[in-house]
Amino acid sequence: MSPLALDLSRRHLLQAGGALLVSFATAPLLPARAAAAGRPALTPDQLDSFIALQSDGTVVAFFGKMDPGQGVDVAIGQIVAEELDLHAIAVRVIQGDSAQTVNQGGASGSTGIEKGGVTLRYAAAEARRILVERAAVRLGVPPEQLATENGAVFAPAAPAKRILYKDLLGDGYFETALQWNGQMGNDLLSRGRAQPKRPSDYKLVGQSVPRTDIRNNAFAQQTYVTDIRLAGMLHARMIRPPVVGAEPQSIDEASVKNIPGVRIFHERGFVAVLAEKEWNAIRAAEALRVTWTKPVDPLPDQAQLYDYLRTAPALARKDELLKGDVTTGLSDAAKTVAATYEWPFQSHACMGGACAVADVRPDGVSFWTGTQKPHYAQQGVAKLLGVPVETVRAIWTRGPGSYGRNDAGDAAMDAAYLSHAVGRPVRVQYMRDQGTGWDPKGPPSVHLCTATLDAKGLVVGFRFLSRGISRIDVTPNESDPRDSLAGQLLGRGQNANQAFGAPTETYNFVHQQRAWETVAPLVKNASPLRTSHLRDPVGPQINFASESFIDELAAATGTDPMAFRLRYLTDARAVAVIQAAAEKFGWRARSDYPHPPANPGEIVRGQGMALAQRSDTLCAAMVEIEVNRTTGAVRPVRWAVAHDCGLIINPHNLVLTIEGNIIQGSSRALMEEVTYDRNMVTSLDWSTYPILDITQTPDRIDIVTINRPELPAAGAGEASTRPVAAAIGNAIFDATGIRLRRAPFTPERVKAAFT
Amino acid sequence: MAQTVQLDVNGMSHRMTVDDPDMPLLYALRDELALGNPRFGCGLAQCGACTVHVDGEPARSCVTPLSAVIGRRVVTLAGLGTPDHPHPLQTAFAEAQATQCGYCMNGWIMTAAALVREKPRATIGEIKQALTGLKCRCGTHMSIIRAVARVTGAA
Repeated sequence: MSPLALDLSRRHLLQAGGALLVSFATAPLLPARAAAAGRPALTPDQLDSFIALQSDGTVVAFFGKMDPGQGVDVAIGQIVAEELDLHAIAVRVIQGDSAQTVNQGGASGSTGIEKGGVTLRYAAAEARRILVERAAVRLGVPPEQLATENGAVFAPAAPAKRILYKDLLGDGYFETALQWNGQMGNDLLSRGRAQPKRPSDYKLVGQSVPRTDIRNNAFAQQTYVTDIRLAGMLHARMIRPPVVGAEPQSIDEASVKNIPGVRIFHERGFVAVLAEKEWNAIRAAEALRVTWTKPVDPLPDQAQLYDYLRTAPALARKDELLKGDVTTGLSDAAKTVAATYEWPFQSHACMGGACAVADVRPDGVSFWTGTQKPHYAQQGVAKLLGVPVETVRAIWTRGPGSYGRNDAGDAAMDAAYLSHAVGRPVRVQYMRDQGTGWDPKGPPSVHLCTATLDAKGLVVGFRFLSRGISRIDVTPNESDPRDSLAGQLLGRGQNANQAFGAPTETYNFVHQQRAWETVAPLVKNASPLRTSHLRDPVGPQINFASESFIDELAAATGTDPMAFRLRYLTDARAVAVIQAAAEKFGWRARSDYPHPPANPGEIVRGQGMALAQRSDTLCAAMVEIEVNRTTGAVRPVRWAVAHDCGLIINPHNLVLTIEGNIIQGSSRALMEEVTYDRNMVTSLDWSTYPILDITQTPDRIDIVTINRPELPAAGAGEASTRPVAAAIGNAIFDATGIRLRRAPFTPERVKAAFT
Repeated sequence: MAQTVQLDVNGMSHRMTVDDPDMPLLYALRDELALGNPRFGCGLAQCGACTVHVDGEPARSCVTPLSAVIGRRVVTLAGLGTPDHPHPLQTAFAEAQATQCGYCMNGWIMTAAALVREKPRATIGEIKQALTGLKCRCGTHMSIIRAVARVTGAA
C-alpha cells in the first residue's frame, strides 16, 4: 500500500488497526481532508460520515466525541449495534479524529451519549433501512416483510431468503443524505428517514458490555498520546516563567552547551528547549539559565482571596431563576438564616503533565493530542500557525486523564508552534510542576445564601448568589489561540468570557432569586490561575453551598434533612432518588438539634446527604463519615448513591463512572486546594497538591441506578461529582455540630473548628 | 559523555548508547526500547505510574538511574504476563474493569504483583496498605481494590 492510499482511504486506514498511528507517523502528510475517489465529503449531512460497513461485515461508527475513560465509546458501539442488529463487538468506534469524524463537540458537558449518541442512533437506524431496502430488491421481498439479525437481512416467512450486510454494499458507500440541523459541536443533530427501535425492543442497549481498552492496557498494549513517536521527532520541554508575568530578558546558551543536540526556541514569553533525546531535553530545561524580568508581587495574598471574591466589582451578572417577589419574601419574615460558603482554586492535576506531538509540514499539519475537543484544537492550531483549517488534522489519542479543559490543548499548541519553527516533528510533554502548576484551574468562588422563614418555620424567601472568577476565563476549547498558554505568551491577547452558575435543584420556595456574578481574574494574561472547566464545572462548589444551606435550614427549623428536602420537592424523579438512596443507606431521621454528641470519644460518626440535578440527571448521595477529633481527619466510611440519568445504556460502566465521581469528588472536598504566594502557584506536585489515597477510601459505595427507558439517555459523566462535598459537610455537622463553610475540609481546618 | 550500557529487560539483553549513565531507567525503557508502560507521571517517585520490577522488587523507574540497574533483572508490565500467559492481576484488572483513563494502571499492577507474591491471601486492609501512595486521579480505587481482591480472595 502506498502512503498515498494509506492517507486517503478511510476504509483501508481502519484496517490498519493498532498500527494506525505508527503508519501515519512514517507516511508523508497530506492535506487532512483530501477525499478518496468516490468517498462522500465528511459532512454531517452524509450517512457515510457516521457509519461504514466493512468488507468483513463489521461496522465502523465515526464518533465526533471521545471517551475519557468512562466507556462512552462502548455505549456508542452498543447503540449502533442495537439499531443494526449486530453483536457489540462487530462495531468499532473511531473517535475524535478530525479527518475521520465530524465535529460533535468532543467530550463536553456529559453529552457523549445524551447528544452524540442520538445522531449515531439515527445514523445506524438509517443504515439498516438502506440495507433492508437493497435486500428487498435482491431477495424479491418487500422491505416490510424483512427482518435483520447478526449482520444479515432475511425474510422471517421464508428463512432461506437471507443476505449478509456485506454482500449488499460491496466496497461502496451508503451515499445517503441525512437531515442535518446545521449545528456543529454538541448540538449537531443528523437523522435519516428511519425510525429507531423502541426501547422495549432493545437487546444490547442495557447490557454491561465490557471495555476492551482496559484489557489492552493491562497487557501494555494501549497507546496513549505519550507513546506517539514520529520519525525525525524532537523532544521539547517548555520553560515557564518562575514568576507570573516575568518575561525572558536574556538566555544563556552556554548553560546547556554540554548537553548533546540541544536547541533553544524563544519568542516573547514562549521559551522551549528541544533535543533529539528526551532526557537531554529534560536536563536542558533544568540547566538553562534564563534572566527574567522581575514583576513585583504579581499575585495578591492568597489569604485575601475570599474577601476579594466577596467585594470585587462584578464583571457580569445573571439571574438564573427569579420567582415570586424576592424583595418582599426576604423582608417579611419571622426568622432569617444567612450563610456564606467558600471554594478554592482546584487543579485538574492529571496523572501526567499533558503531552502532544505535532508534525507541521508545508503541505499539511498533523497533531496527536489528548484534548477532549480535538476538532476545536484543529481550528486553534490552524489559527496559531496561520494555515487553512482544511490542511490541519487533529488526532485525539488518550492522554493522562481528562476532566475538562486541562492542559492537553495547551501542549498541542506548544508542539505545533515548535514544529512549525524547527521544521521537524516535535513532542512536548509537561513536567509534573507544569501539569499541576500551569493547567487551567477550576474557579474559586463564594456563595452568599439568605433565606427567610415564617412563623410556622416554612421557607418563604430564598436568595442565592455565586460570586466567582469566570469558569470560561479561558474558553473550554482551544479553537482560539488566545485561550491557550502559547497564544497568551506570544502576545496574541486574551479571549476571556464571563459565566458562573447557580443551583439547579428544584426546591419550590415561594420567592426565589438564584444568581451569579463574576469578578476579574487575579492576573489577566498567561496566568497559572486562569480558570476554565474542571469536571462538572462550578457544580461541586455551588452544590456545596446550596445543599449545605438546605441542611442549615433543616437544622434551623428542627427538621430532618431528608424530610425537609421532600417538603419542598415536587419533581417525582428528585423525590425518587432521595428515597432510593435513603432506603439503600438506612437513613436515620433526626430532628434533635443541636446535636454534638454528649460524651464524644476520639472518633465521632455522622450521616449527611445532598441532592444534585445536572441537566436531566438526578443524583442523591448519602454518606456516613467518621471524624477524628484529635487529628481533624474526616473519612467517608460508606456511601449510598441513587442516580437517574433516564435510559441506561451500560449499567456496569455507569456504576464505575459514579464510583469514580464519588472518589474524585471526595478528594476535592477533603483535600484539594491550589496554593500560591505572591509570585507563583506553590502547589506543584503530589506532596503540595495531595489527592485522596487508597487508604482513605470508603469501605463501600452502594449505588442504585434507576433505569427509565421511557426517557432519553441523559449524561452521567459528571452529575455524581456534584453532591459529594455537601454530603460530607452535612455529615460533619451531624457528627460534631460544627458547620464547615469553607472547602476543602482538611484536618487542620476541621481541628481548628473544634477549638 | 556517551557510553554503551547493557540492560536485562523482560528476559532479553539490550545494548544501548546513552549520553548520561544516570539517566532514569524510565527513559531507556520508553524511548530506547519502546516499552510504553511504564509511564511518566511525576518524575518524583510520588505516583508510581513508572513502576517496574528490579530483581523482582517494585522500583520507581523515574528516579532509578540507569547505572543502578546494570546487571540486574528489569521486568515491565509487558514482561509480567501476556494475553496467552497472563499474570492473574492482568486478568483481574480486565475482568474488574479497573481504572478509567488507565494511565496509572501500570503502577497498581506492578506494585500489587509484589504484594500477591508475598501475601497471596492479602486482606482488603493489607491491599490498601500495600498500595498506599500510588495515585489514581480518576478515582477508581474501589475497582482497583476489587481487582486485587479477586486475586487474593479477599472479601
